[in-house]
Amino acid sequence: MLLEVKDLHAGIEGKEILKGLNLQVNKGEVHAIMGPNGSGKSTLSKVLAGHPSYEVISGEVLFEGKDLLELEPDERAREGVFMAFQYPVEVPGVSNSQFLRLAYNEKMKHHAQEELDPLEFNDYLKEKAKIVEMDPQFFKRSVNEGFSGGEKKRNEILQMAVLEPKLAILDETDSGLDIDALRIVAEGVNKLRSSENAIILVTHYQRLLNYITPDFVHVLANGKIVKEGGKELAVELEEKGYDWVKAATK
Amino acid sequence: MTAELAKETNFGAAFRSLIAGEQNAELRELREKAFASFEANGFPTVRNEDWKYTNVAPVVGGQWSVSATDNGQRITDSEVGFLSRFVSESNGFAALNLAFADVKVVRIAKETSLDEPIEFTFSGKDSEATFPHVIVIAEAGSKATIVETYASTAKSFTNAAVQVIVEDNASVTHYRVQKDSPEAFNYGITEVTLGRGSSYDSTNINLGGGLSRHDIEVKFTAEGGEAWVDGLYMLNGSQHHDTHSIIDHTVPNCISHQTYKGVLNDKSRAVFNGKVFVRENAHGTDAQQSNKNLLLSNDARVDTKPQLEIFNDDVKCSHGATVGQLEEEELFYLLTRGLPELLARNLLTYGFVEQIVNKIGIEAIKSELDAAVLNRLNVKLEV
Repeated sequence: MLLEVKDLHAGIEGKEILKGLNLQVNKGEVHAIMGPNGSGKSTLSKVLAGHPSYEVISGEVLFEGKDLLELEPDERAREGVFMAFQYPVEVPGVSNSQFLRLAYNEKMKHHAQEELDPLEFNDYLKEKAKIVEMDPQFFKRSVNEGFSGGEKKRNEILQMAVLEPKLAILDETDSGLDIDALRIVAEGVNKLRSSENAIILVTHYQRLLNYITPDFVHVLANGKIVKEGGKELAVELEEKGYDWVKAATK
Repeated sequence: MTAELAKETNFGAAFRSLIAGEQNAELRELREKAFASFEANGFPTVRNEDWKYTNVAPVVGGQWSVSATDNGQRITDSEVGFLSRFVSESNGFAALNLAFADVKVVRIAKETSLDEPIEFTFSGKDSEATFPHVIVIAEAGSKATIVETYASTAKSFTNAAVQVIVEDNASVTHYRVQKDSPEAFNYGITEVTLGRGSSYDSTNINLGGGLSRHDIEVKFTAEGGEAWVDGLYMLNGSQHHDTHSIIDHTVPNCISHQTYKGVLNDKSRAVFNGKVFVRENAHGTDAQQSNKNLLLSNDARVDTKPQLEIFNDDVKCSHGATVGQLEEEELFYLLTRGLPELLARNLLTYGFVEQIVNKIGIEAIKSELDAAVLNRLNVKLEV
């Protein structure tokens, strides 16, 4: 099993938000975590990525059988956990290609594999950029600086393509995207989907799932998964709204 | 006190030997007046409000061999005229500079555009006190770039002055890079006057020196001028840097921009004091000022004081100062890409200062500074 979350209780600033969450993810699977605002979706993403403001109260998270929670965020990343941000950060002065090569080489170094020099990396990056239809002119631009919302999200998926994570958590990647950007991002994710990795889509809306078909849908409410099913659950949710789930669990 | 006395005697002996050989009568008089002012007032002390946070006792107590040469022969009367406008009375350092001034004059002829930058490099030697004094006269309609570099590799005392006269419709770009050895003392004063419709764009980079201070005074003397007075100080160890800036809108319809950024690590300390004056008749003034500081260590300290003094209502002015640490969200983002924490912090710090370094229009200087900044941050960025 790639990821196993057992009875996870976690929160921020002394407030418990996740109240006993369980989740199992295997390689080759795409899971959608859906839920209304405040249900704990974002907390789950951040706890998995290791955000320092979030504290784990109890429970366990195993990644490839090892305790994920004791690793620093950068160690998790090098082990193969990736999170695409809802609001990607701008890094002025550092070009996309420089940034990506640094990140890529840190991962390679960690796995005792060969690092790429700028020329070799540039070729590698050009191939990856095709996945999200990104113009190579973006390589020279500072990371996310002056990017539109759609460009930032494409850049997140480009980073995912470069770093080839075992587990990718896409946190509200569909938010703020117009239909074209959404299609490009979703197609990019579909191309990266393989039997060797797993993807967790964290989303409020079903819209993204029209493009990326999940194997499992989990509905989160009040810090717990309250309903699970296949892709048809997302459609049902869209029709009936979150109140339906909330009512059903009471 | 004994040390201070001994020191001034030391400067006194050097001064007497210099003045004996000074052949330009007018210049001799200026020097004598300046030295008398220095003898009367000495070096500034922390009791002086403008020097409150910068204690120059190590300079006062140092043993310096004075390096000065008379240069009366090479200087014309009109150039002495510019020298006489230098506000040497403003403090003991400026007075001492004028007393010992090693004058260089650069004149950019009317309506001339220089393709190559004019470069000055000063590299003080061990235990040596030097007093460079550069006068740049950009005549009407001319265009030039000045590159002023301090690159001492020893415990030197550099006391420099630069006067820039930007005449009507002239345009001067000025890079001042201070990368002295961390043992060195560096004092510099830059005095700028802008004529009608002229522009002055300066970038002041302070990386070196154990104790350094830069005073910059920019004065609009006719309408339609525009100035950028930007800078960066990046300090570590026990470095101390102080920038005091005055931007003086004495006439209507001029624009000034000021962005200073500071990065302080270890036990370093910085002072930023930026005064913007908008005088009574200076309507139509547009003045913006900002000073942002990044503290990378709990032991670092910055005292920042942006000051706007406005005596006219018809103006557009803004100012602000911030002192902070790296944003946790930004750091987290880089960590989630697998960058180790130190590298992530250093990249973000680089991003913070990049706005200033990136302003530099000469590729060779920009990349050298980029390299210096990255080297200090221990980051390798290859393209």
